[in-house]
Amino acid sequence: MSVSTVTKEQFKQFVSALVDSDQSVIGIQAKDDKFAFGELNNADDLRLDYDVSILPPKKYVLPQKETLLSFEVGGDSQTVQNTAPAVLIGVHPYDMIAINQMDELFRQGEYDSHYMNRRNNLTIIACDVVTPSKNVFASSMNTTTAESGFDIMLTDIGDAYVVEAATEKGEALVKQMPGAVEATPDAVSKRNAAREKNETALDQHKLDCKPAFLPKLLEKAYEHPIWEEKARLCYSCGSCNQVCPTCYCFDVQDEVEWDMKSGCRYRAWDGCLLQNFATVAGNHNFRQKRADRFRHRLYRKGKYVPGKIDGEIACVGCGRCITACTSKIANPVEIYNALMTETEIG
Amino acid sequence: MCNCSNGQKDIYLPELCTITKRRMLNGTELYLHLEKESGEDFDYVPGQFVEVSIAGIGEAPISISSSPTQKGLELVIRNVGSLTKAIHKLEVGDKLGVRGPYGSTYPIEESKGKDLVFICGGIGLVPQRSFIRYALDNRQDYGKITVLIGTKCHDMRLFREEIALWEDRKDMIVRETIDEAHECWNGNVGVVTTLIPKIESDLPTSQVLVCGPPIMYKFVLMALAEADVPESQIYVNLERRMKCGVGKCGHCQMNDQYVCQDGPVFRYSDLALVPEAI
Repeated sequence: MSVSTVTKEQFKQFVSALVDSDQSVIGIQAKDDKFAFGELNNADDLRLDYDVSILPPKKYVLPQKETLLSFEVGGDSQTVQNTAPAVLIGVHPYDMIAINQMDELFRQGEYDSHYMNRRNNLTIIACDVVTPSKNVFASSMNTTTAESGFDIMLTDIGDAYVVEAATEKGEALVKQMPGAVEATPDAVSKRNAAREKNETALDQHKLDCKPAFLPKLLEKAYEHPIWEEKARLCYSCGSCNQVCPTCYCFDVQDEVEWDMKSGCRYRAWDGCLLQNFATVAGNHNFRQKRADRFRHRLYRKGKYVPGKIDGEIACVGCGRCITACTSKIANPVEIYNALMTETEIG
Repeated sequence: MCNCSNGQKDIYLPELCTITKRRMLNGTELYLHLEKESGEDFDYVPGQFVEVSIAGIGEAPISISSSPTQKGLELVIRNVGSLTKAIHKLEVGDKLGVRGPYGSTYPIEESKGKDLVFICGGIGLVPQRSFIRYALDNRQDYGKITVLIGTKCHDMRLFREEIALWEDRKDMIVRETIDEAHECWNGNVGVVTTLIPKIESDLPTSQVLVCGPPIMYKFVLMALAEADVPESQIYVNLERRMKCGVGKCGHCQMNDQYVCQDGPVFRYSDLALVPEAI
């Protein structure tokens, strides 16, 4: 597939045209002193130089709340599918990798058509990181660049973007970019240099082992006192779950309209740190202890989910949980490194 | 541009089934017999469960209590939450949403030619009954059949008429006990584990199937270890919170195992590295 360059001004014109079209355009924008993905109304609001978004872009493939069925109360149900195409601009490589993992998890076994429809209707314009966020550790997780999942990948090389089209959808979009020309060897080498820099620059925390080693490390760490020590300060608020680009647990509930006749069954984000995540009717909680819930999250990232996706580690190093945690106990690197030094295997 | 489901079915869409029989088994447990509106039979294997729902109230996983050798689907539903409370109000002819069946099955093939020992605590009898009935309907395929049933108190006993019929059969052994003595009860008193030493089958070569409340497993498994039953011949049928039933929502996870897909029936030896299981 093609590699082109467009000037930043030309790219802005392209985004303007997208915004003016019927298509829904979602972009990364400033929100007070932070950044968030949201409906883009003006190309000027797009901030591809952002450090990290408050919530990951997973909300466009697995929304915080998503209707699955509509029904007559007590009667028959119909599938509700979201089929509106949308363009998502500004996905960082680590978030792209997280979406690729979720694609596999919702595709494998029982095919989740709600997720997959949303995903298939999404065009993703990703971008390499320009500004490292205060807690990013993508360098440690080998997630500073993404190889697939996006339709277009942008790399900021100063006054222009290198535009890599990875799919036919991406190629079609590049054709709509005014002034896009084939990338010169100089532009490509600038892009490669930017990526090479990110390989080591997104390292506010440094993992003392290769990520592929984590499942093995965790095999020996189940009874380690660190879970109890850290969880002592845990509020069970679930913030680490909510901001995580690879957390995909959900609850399913019914909602009835005011007329009490019709309603919908929806799913909504849930979190394994929340106290009643594993409570069954009759009030038995299968993961009652805070430390057990705390440990479960780290094991899901480092061992359990990898077991379902070919060993890929389900922590992409975005650092959002570190920022979100009130008690400052969520840092996965700190925990994994402590286990490295304190378990036999480390 | 729209890329619709391409004919992929919606895994969350229930099928409406009709309640054809209903009766209370005790003060809290409701027995339901369901049939599909299409008249088709349900396709399942003993051990599996279904997601049952009422639109507007919610959905919950419920064990299948019938055997695929019989027509229709039988469920037993305890009145414990908002959904089950609403289900208890339904009458014959009312509809219930059903998805599934889901999950692993009892070892119906692997157990052929072997003695079967069912250890049931409380409503643990409900899913076990699926395999018990299946084995009785294919009686020649299995060796001795022993069913141990423990219930908290006399009033909560389930399937009383059916158990009485089982007791009359010459080709199976049924032993029942209740935890608390009662004036109307002149049978065994004590927890279900007290019946294990009285089993007449050769336990070390039997297939032992266990289902009951969480607290029961530890004690039953200890007793089975003492009786030299290999862990590979013990099967436990576990309960967890479930939402999706299809391995996505994460609620039923015990370590790396999903009870909705890897279970609910687990070979006990497969749980050696699953500390959250028992």
